[in-house]
Amino acid sequence: MNAIIALSLLGIFTLFTGIFNWRKAMLPIVVIGLAGVFVLNGMDYFTTPSWYADYTHMVIFDRYAVVFSAALIMITAMLFFLCKQYYQKEDNNISDIYGLILFTLVGGMLMASFSNFAMLFLGIEILSIPLYILAGTKRLEVTSNEASIKYFLMGSFSTGFLLFGMALVYGAAHTFTLDGIRQYTDAHAGDLPTIFVAGIMLMLVGMLFKVSGAPFHFWAPDVYSGAPTLITTFMATVVKTAAFAALYRLLFYTFGSAKPIWFDALWGVAALTMIIGNFSALYQHGVKRMLAYSSISNAGYLLIGVIAMNTHSANSIFYYTLVYSLASLVSFGVLMLVTQDNGGDDSYTAFKGLARNNPALAGLMTLAMLSLAGIPPLAGFFGKYYIFINAMENGYIYIVLIAVANSLVGIYYYFKVIVAMFAKDTAPTKIAVQPAYLFALVVAAALLFVLGIFPDWVSGLMN
Amino acid sequence: MLTTLLIAYPFFAAILVMLAGSTNAKRLALLSSLVQFGLTIWAWVNFQNNADVQFAMDEVWMPSFGIHFSVGMDGISMLMVLLTNLLMPLIILSSFKIEYSRPAVFYALVLVMQSALVGVFVAQDAFLYYIFWELALIPIYFICLLWGGKDRIRITFKFFIYTIAGSLLMLVAFIYLYFQVPSPSNFSHEALSTLHLDTHIQGYIFWALFIAFAIKMPVFPFHTWQPDTYTEAPSTGTMLLSGIMLKMGVYSVLRWLLPLAPLGVAEYGKLAIILSIVGIVYGSWIAISQKDIKRLFAYSSFAHVGLISAGIFSMTLQGLQGSMVQMLSHGINVVGLFFVVQIMEQRLKTREIGEMGGIINKAPVFATLFLIVLLGSVALPLTNGFVGEFMLLAGVYQFSPWYGAVAGLTIILGAVYMLKSYQWAVLGEAKEGFEFPDLYASEKIVLVVIAALVIVLGVYPQPILNLTEPSIKHLLETLTNPINLSLR
Repeated sequence: MNAIIALSLLGIFTLFTGIFNWRKAMLPIVVIGLAGVFVLNGMDYFTTPSWYADYTHMVIFDRYAVVFSAALIMITAMLFFLCKQYYQKEDNNISDIYGLILFTLVGGMLMASFSNFAMLFLGIEILSIPLYILAGTKRLEVTSNEASIKYFLMGSFSTGFLLFGMALVYGAAHTFTLDGIRQYTDAHAGDLPTIFVAGIMLMLVGMLFKVSGAPFHFWAPDVYSGAPTLITTFMATVVKTAAFAALYRLLFYTFGSAKPIWFDALWGVAALTMIIGNFSALYQHGVKRMLAYSSISNAGYLLIGVIAMNTHSANSIFYYTLVYSLASLVSFGVLMLVTQDNGGDDSYTAFKGLARNNPALAGLMTLAMLSLAGIPPLAGFFGKYYIFINAMENGYIYIVLIAVANSLVGIYYYFKVIVAMFAKDTAPTKIAVQPAYLFALVVAAALLFVLGIFPDWVSGLMN
Repeated sequence: MLTTLLIAYPFFAAILVMLAGSTNAKRLALLSSLVQFGLTIWAWVNFQNNADVQFAMDEVWMPSFGIHFSVGMDGISMLMVLLTNLLMPLIILSSFKIEYSRPAVFYALVLVMQSALVGVFVAQDAFLYYIFWELALIPIYFICLLWGGKDRIRITFKFFIYTIAGSLLMLVAFIYLYFQVPSPSNFSHEALSTLHLDTHIQGYIFWALFIAFAIKMPVFPFHTWQPDTYTEAPSTGTMLLSGIMLKMGVYSVLRWLLPLAPLGVAEYGKLAIILSIVGIVYGSWIAISQKDIKRLFAYSSFAHVGLISAGIFSMTLQGLQGSMVQMLSHGINVVGLFFVVQIMEQRLKTREIGEMGGIINKAPVFATLFLIVLLGSVALPLTNGFVGEFMLLAGVYQFSPWYGAVAGLTIILGAVYMLKSYQWAVLGEAKEGFEFPDLYASEKIVLVVIAALVIVLGVYPQPILNLTEPSIKHLLETLTNPINLSLR
């Protein structure tokens, strides 16, 4: 809880640094501040909050919340290392951008820790509104503006569903607290009133919009590819993690005993998301758009973890989102450099010959692609493995087979990038990379390795 | 501990080669592979000839997932490790006359592959085994992709997708078995092979594993990646693929498929033999009509491996023992054959058999050594190929005389295409102005060693048979228990 307060203050302080024009000090302040927030957050890990005592039933920092928040803070901090080089030209507004990113993080942490529908809604809004602006921060580019407005319209639309669902659930259960609703669900497990079921479904639609599950995914490719790449990275990592933290928390803590109602629907959504995401990614010419669709397909794998809903699910979802975020960070990070170097061209051809003059970048990208493709011993493999055994434990073999077939499709388009990078034909120039930028990418790639070999270090944090 | 060293050492050697830079890469790689070979010999000397898993090490790796770092060698593993580490220095030395670009990266990849291959052959934990299995694929993929021939991108990709598809099936089967192990679940070979599932389930397990291994070997009809990949890969890559990597598939049938799904094997083993025999005839038949000598040898390798797999699925002592001997022999011979192809291609700038001829007049030493390797591959008595093929055929014959008769065609057809290729490429009159310098020192060493092994193993294969016999017998004993009905 202290972490959220400190983080909000840090965000406001960052805005002030813009006013006083402390450009140089800004990045260190933010990074050190985030480190402090990380520690504050970590301190909550060792205290065991009781369900009733905390913050008038609004938020609860149990292990689930703390662990997810830690991942969100860490990834955000790494993203800040990329900010400086990426926003070189938009230097005037940089403090606003930093501030908005921090506020988004506040929203993300609330989404991982809510214990009341009001806080879920607030969390989503606090996360979304800065994002609408961030998506438009490349003011002079049409695509950025388009992404911003599209994201705004779709985001508000989906929030509408969510709110309507909440209202219906409230109508049946007469409470907004997760605990109260769970008691209601448990008590009426056999014969839930239609209004309640409709409420669950509408809330699910709203949440599936946020996690970009098919058929509610159609906004994602345009927004992902239109937004400034740094913000796309942010969406694919922090926002996606927060959305899944919220979805699982919502389903597990409130509607767990109503599983028969939503299980089939979510099973179908998971399968559809994987298939649509993967097969669309196959046909993309731009790497950025391919990664956008890959993000959709990864949401599909994660949904398998959600429907499994057993003692390992929370851990497996956390592990998967973490390693997916790390791999996305690296891949988008390299993509940003390559795109800038090629005058905005993000097609596969822009990657041709990258290994020749920029072996470090090509190596990092290869690691990220191998991880996304799920090749051992990288962490991406273990993430998939964890999700799969989780589902197999419940005996859901068919969805696992669908997922396995899909990961095979995935290998195809991830390897297209690798093949392009190691092609011999063209040799692009040496790309200048700031040390901080490279540092973040190297750390992320190293984590992909380490977490792949020793997944136990993080895979049991919520036990 | 020794086993772990055998895995870890090449990996660190790879890092060293990478750091040392390009000028000394090949020499350093050769040196480290020789050290590795020395370690292997030392392990062999200290190996007790019984069925126990020796030099074992079992550490908990991921406690909450029941995954152990569990390695060790029985006779079968020992032979495979021996094969890998014997061939590796030969393969590295054989590449000395090729100027690969970025040699540091190249040799580092080769050594990483060695590490993963040893890992595959010694892992006693299914998950660990799977990790090594996949890990072995990455370096060879990059070796083919970066140093391969003209059409490499498409073909290496096909190869990669094919193998990954198979291994994913295998992974699902392993996970399924993992959950059948009574709590606490784990992946140990022992636990997975004592599950006693019913025939129906074992049938699924059989197919999931069989397809994975059949792709790797390859067995008809999962072979379509193989001739292209062998042809397009750089010759070092071809040797790695055919000499060692192919044995991953064969070995895995022995180590994992037979013990994990004995009832599945009883049910579908016959079909596996039929597919293998179809592969023998089909591969040989196509080999006869090949113009490109590298492709010819690729198809011949496909045919030979069909016999090995048929011998294994015959589930007889001769068949299984024959497969062990033949794996070693085939590894040695095929590396020799592809090395011969490399020598000819380097000197003649072509692989078309029709454009060769008369080499014997210019390079008698080369022609003689080539002949020895070739005869080993044709399975002439007193060569290493004969011992293995004879035992394999005896095994298949015991299973069914008819199958044995058809499988026996491999010797006749093999002789046809092998001798024909030799006749066209090496014998005959040299054309006007035809140049073919005889072997250089490094080439001579490799071919002499290979030719010597061909003859030594042909005359005296007993150490190999002794090495694997206890383990094979042990394997058969555990298998005949549930399936003795189908063997009679």
